[in-house]
Amino acid sequence: MNPLDRYEPLVDDVDAFRAACDRPLPSVVRTNRIKASPDRVRDAFETEGVAHDPVGWHDGIFRLPDGNPGGNWPHAHGWTHGQEEVSALPALALDPRPGDRVWDACAAPGSKTTQIADLMDDSGTVVANDNNLGRLSALRHNAERLGVTNAIVTNQDARNFSLKPLAFDAFDRALVDAPCSCEGTCRKNPDVLEQWTMDHVHGVAGIQKGILTRAIQATRPGGTVVYSTCTFAPEENEAVLDHALAAEDCEIVGVDLPLETAPGVTEWDGETYDESVTRARRVYPHHNDTGGFFCAKLRVGGSEVAR
Amino acid sequence: MSDPDGGSPDDTAPTNDGGRFDRLPETAADREVAGRASREEVLDWWETRFGIGREVLGGYGFWEKGAGKVWVFNGEAADPSPVEAIGMTFLRTRQEHWKPTTRAVQRFGSHATRNVVELGSERASRFVAGEDQDLPEWDGDWGYLIVSHRIAGASAPIGVGLYLHGELRSVVPKGSRADLPVLEE
Ligand SMILES: C[S@@+](CC[C@H](N)C(=O)[O-])C[C@H]1O[C@@H](n2cnc3c(N)ncnc32)[C@H](O)[C@@H]1O
Repeated sequence: MNPLDRYEPLVDDVDAFRAACDRPLPSVVRTNRIKASPDRVRDAFETEGVAHDPVGWHDGIFRLPDGNPGGNWPHAHGWTHGQEEVSALPALALDPRPGDRVWDACAAPGSKTTQIADLMDDSGTVVANDNNLGRLSALRHNAERLGVTNAIVTNQDARNFSLKPLAFDAFDRALVDAPCSCEGTCRKNPDVLEQWTMDHVHGVAGIQKGILTRAIQATRPGGTVVYSTCTFAPEENEAVLDHALAAEDCEIVGVDLPLETAPGVTEWDGETYDESVTRARRVYPHHNDTGGFFCAKLRVGGSEVAR
Repeated sequence: MSDPDGGSPDDTAPTNDGGRFDRLPETAADREVAGRASREEVLDWWETRFGIGREVLGGYGFWEKGAGKVWVFNGEAADPSPVEAIGMTFLRTRQEHWKPTTRAVQRFGSHATRNVVELGSERASRFVAGEDQDLPEWDGDWGYLIVSHRIAGASAPIGVGLYLHGELRSVVPKGSRADLPVLEE
């Protein structure tokens, strides 16, 4: 079975959705402002003769119609990082500030960690964690290439993450960019559709719930947690949020994303979810000609404590 | 660890623990672990060698993990830190000639005022591909240099070169070498 079939009742335009899912995705790079400005990257692409188009919704992100995002001078200098457009959304929703203490719970290979460091002007602390050591070495390589100096890398299971090795006992913000069924990446990697199983959905949903609740616990009262996936499955999206709302002191807040999005769904497969999951954002491939994505922003409960 | 001064084997002087990060001592006088560079020595080295002063690097912390590998970090960390990485690799010490990393030079090298060799576009492409080249016209110091080129209206550091006997060796690590076009000048 093609898992995309099951999401047809959720989308506004089924034909456009299926057609977009069949098209390959263009190569996209994000400017790394730790080392260069978007203007300088554009100048360098022009001198080198690298075709590049602005995405329109972000001045530092370019589509490269001829592909090969790693084969040019800006890449060699660490001025750019190959990263899908939708993958840039969670860090924008997280909105980290210079000086913050940030946890990236599922961080490898570091596209979002390095973007978070950039948004923090490479100051404060971003703790990049992943339970997969091999993928962490890719993260370290990316962080070095991009010149990130404010990251600490840890190798723990995020579900029972311990802050003991750190110099503080709570984060200001946390990102849970969770492991998932990944149908949203089918334009880049069609194999994900063949490997998809309902058993995996249920298994990974349990892991997602464990990581999201830990992230909420590890964030100070009044802090921000962002939850994101690249799946369309409500079991891995709204159901995970619904679980966190019941288990932890938190609320879902609105998030302004610079792309066309659809609200989270409150009913699926006989289940109903808390009304506030409609504040979460779904990104379908046909809306902005991107990959598929899901992103929600939570505020941790309790009164704000200044540190 | 063997003690060059012949101390007893049960000597309890702290040694370098390769499994964790330790913050560098402030000065040589604060040094407890033999052979460990101090923060002042690291800052002095960048200043002396490349003219990159405390106004650029003074706000960062420096940490050692593994013998001689110094990392640069701009955040908060416990000391010692049993983690996988802290900031980025920065400088190789505990050897006669200290060696900056390619990524440190790319990150901070634009502040350098000496021991920078700016290559023309054809030479820059050969350098980033990992090629060694003759450079008889260089009349500066021998040893590790910052190698840069002009791109998008300004000079940008590419990596580290080793200058010896009229030759500039590319020490760009294998994984970072690339065949890149010669930019129009
Ligand atoms: C979607 S990927 C993260 C992509 C990454 N945020 C980026 O932008 O480059 C999900 C990651 O979660 C990690 N992961 C899976 N289970 C985990 C767990 N229990 N604890 C920590 N990380 C986990 C996987 O190894 C994988 O690297």
